[in-house]
Amino acid sequence: MKYLRFGFVTAPLIGALWMFVIATTVSVAMSFVTGAAFRPGALGSLGLGAVIGLAGLYLSRPWALALVATGLTAAVMAAGLGPVLMGEGVSPIAFSLTALFVGAGTGWPVAVFLKGVEPGALNRHQFEGAVIQFLMGFGYIFFTAIVLIPFYVMVMTSLKNQSELILNPLDFSIDLSKGWGLFRSYVELVRDFRFGEYMWTSFYISVLTVLFTLLFAVPGAYAVARLRFKGQAVFSRSILLIYMVPMIVLALPIYIAFSMTGLRNSITGIVMIYPVTTIPVALYMLQGYFRGLPAEIEEAGLMDGLSRLQVIWKITLPLSLPALASVSLYVFMIAWNEFLLAFMLLDDPSKFTLTRGIASLNSSEIPRQHLMAGSVIATVPIMALFLGLERFMTKGLTAGSVKG
Amino acid sequence: MTVATPPQGTGPLGRREARLAWSLLAPTIAAVSLVVLLPLLAVFWISVKPVELGDLRAPEPIVREDLRGKPEVGGDEATLRYRLRNSSQDGVIRDVVLTDSWPAGLQPVELDPRCSLEGSAFTCRFGDWPGGYRETLNIPVIVSQEFLDAGTEVDDTPASLTGKTTSVLTSGEFTFANFVKVFDGGEFWSVLGVTLFYTVFGTIGALVMGLFAAMLLNHSFRGQGVLRGLYLFPYVAPVIAVAFAWILLFDPFSGSANRLLIQMGVTDTAINFFGQRPLALFSVTAFEIWRYFPLSFLFILARMQSIDHDMYEAADMDGASPFQQFWYLSLPMLLGILSVLFLLRFIWTFNKFDDIFLLTGGNAGTRTLTVNVYEQAFAVSNIGAGAAVAVVIFLCLILFSIFFFKYISREEGL
Repeated sequence: MKYLRFGFVTAPLIGALWMFVIATTVSVAMSFVTGAAFRPGALGSLGLGAVIGLAGLYLSRPWALALVATGLTAAVMAAGLGPVLMGEGVSPIAFSLTALFVGAGTGWPVAVFLKGVEPGALNRHQFEGAVIQFLMGFGYIFFTAIVLIPFYVMVMTSLKNQSELILNPLDFSIDLSKGWGLFRSYVELVRDFRFGEYMWTSFYISVLTVLFTLLFAVPGAYAVARLRFKGQAVFSRSILLIYMVPMIVLALPIYIAFSMTGLRNSITGIVMIYPVTTIPVALYMLQGYFRGLPAEIEEAGLMDGLSRLQVIWKITLPLSLPALASVSLYVFMIAWNEFLLAFMLLDDPSKFTLTRGIASLNSSEIPRQHLMAGSVIATVPIMALFLGLERFMTKGLTAGSVKG
Repeated sequence: MTVATPPQGTGPLGRREARLAWSLLAPTIAAVSLVVLLPLLAVFWISVKPVELGDLRAPEPIVREDLRGKPEVGGDEATLRYRLRNSSQDGVIRDVVLTDSWPAGLQPVELDPRCSLEGSAFTCRFGDWPGGYRETLNIPVIVSQEFLDAGTEVDDTPASLTGKTTSVLTSGEFTFANFVKVFDGGEFWSVLGVTLFYTVFGTIGALVMGLFAAMLLNHSFRGQGVLRGLYLFPYVAPVIAVAFAWILLFDPFSGSANRLLIQMGVTDTAINFFGQRPLALFSVTAFEIWRYFPLSFLFILARMQSIDHDMYEAADMDGASPFQQFWYLSLPMLLGILSVLFLLRFIWTFNKFDDIFLLTGGNAGTRTLTVNVYEQAFAVSNIGAGAAVAVVIFLCLILFSIFFFKYISREEGL
């Protein structure tokens, strides 16, 4: 460790590692965008990165180092040694873009990482500062990549056709000349596979689930949070306990009971069962929030002659609108994404929810872009809703602990 | 002089409050016990029963009636035919009785000894029907003109059959064969091993990744909100959508990931990520980590933002380096939330079913206990064995919960 703590060791090391990270990232990104063969060259990127790292010790302005790095990268890449190696048939535009991204993507951050680093011996602060900066940069790239790639693949696959995909699974470039023809899978799903209906079914089942859940959970949560009765402590514990019971254990007897009573294969059965799976979560989240509300306001209401129920309706509920919003959003998300029960209980294609509909697309006869188009149809509404109301969501999730 | 004593026990106000509390909780208690407690009891009951998937449909006597031979004028002879059968191949139906109401104008020539006709009420007593029983009952009848004029059909008044059946579910027949089957051979231990691997590494992985992601976002910078929203995507998207996206991405024949790896020279041949031992287990664990790191990241971030910043300034003054600050300040502050998250995620990962079921269907050495429930109950159609596995899961869960509550009482909630 001690020998690493010299500027002329630390800087090239960080430069080399960072250039390798950037070269890999750019290769993956360019491959995904153009479908051509890009790959990082380990020696080229490590070597050039080390040089850029050393240069970073003396060039402390990010733009200056970025400029130098881009020039160096382009030169080395033109010689065919570069940090990114390319297959044949790569256009000059793609070449220069790659050089630009790799060069600037290495130069600028490396200058930032090495801000406090001097050529000579470093103290722990300087050394660890640089390492942490490097790790953070890596973290941003890593997390963004692992989150985005599956969604990117999902969306792009849904816009292509089977033969194109098998020919080159990396080629996600889109032929814009097809115009609306790009959305063929979506049109077919809605027209031939009744996905419009499924979406509507999923939507109203989720809304009904939210309503029923709130109807049950609000009074229950209020009682647990505010009223004194024997067994209150035990009760608030057992709520947590209940949402640790795995769904698959319950699904078996529910399947049997529904088969015997004829509720299987009916929306009524689903609407009966979904709220019960969400009530404990909602109750737990809400009671946490109710506890945080000042009791004095409610007591004032009681003194002024309101009954308890009126207090809940006129004081507690208006005060807890944000919590109600986040609980509703969360319950909606659970119901919309629910797969296991829908899969086990619904067999009739006219009554499918979206998730059940997607499961039915998973067969070798149906092309894969349909499967992905179905996934996009299920994912986009919930993401849009979530991004729009993200603030409520993050607050609500952390307000009470939440089932995953 | 009277001595003032504090009131003993609960007063009328207190009682009224408790009554209100219970009535507010009553709907929840009723619903939860109906859908959680009752099924739990049912699982225990079924686990000691020899039940197969086919036994769920109770045997039923079935009848179809029609009039054969076209009678044209009054006095013609025809045959009233009842086709009878037992719907089940192996379930016995006892004391089968057929009742029907004959339309006016049919005169039987000869009645089966088991049947009787009083007025228009026609009754037959068949006794017991074994499984797979079939019979066609032909009754020659004289048709009167009155019947033909009325134009009624014989099945306008449908015949009804009653019989007693015993379902395995309610009979007094018990067996431990299900548990014997579950614990038999090495399979159970390998399933348990897979479950523990998946649970332990899935939980720790999600926590570590969550901690890393939380540290990235514990600064304010432009675009922080967007990144935070983005990093929650895996958790928010429907599991079925992301699972299929992963399957497609890692497909051995036409998946992008494999093509990328080959192109980069990491591997020569395509890797079957979800289809070969032991790689499939690592892959599903990676999926679990990927999908649930957002949850840990959210909780850890919330806790991080509530840590007082002065502490770090003081540490800076005292010369603590960034890593030392993390190790000696941040981590101890986060230990509470980390341990609570660990326990919760441990239990939930242990219970997880959908992810593995969708990714591998429990093949290639990825069968966990929960997948085994489904496998036994529906793939092998042995509901009893499935319930037995469910009982095992539930017992493990109780064990975890005891530990959890002992621990969390010190942690004071989440």
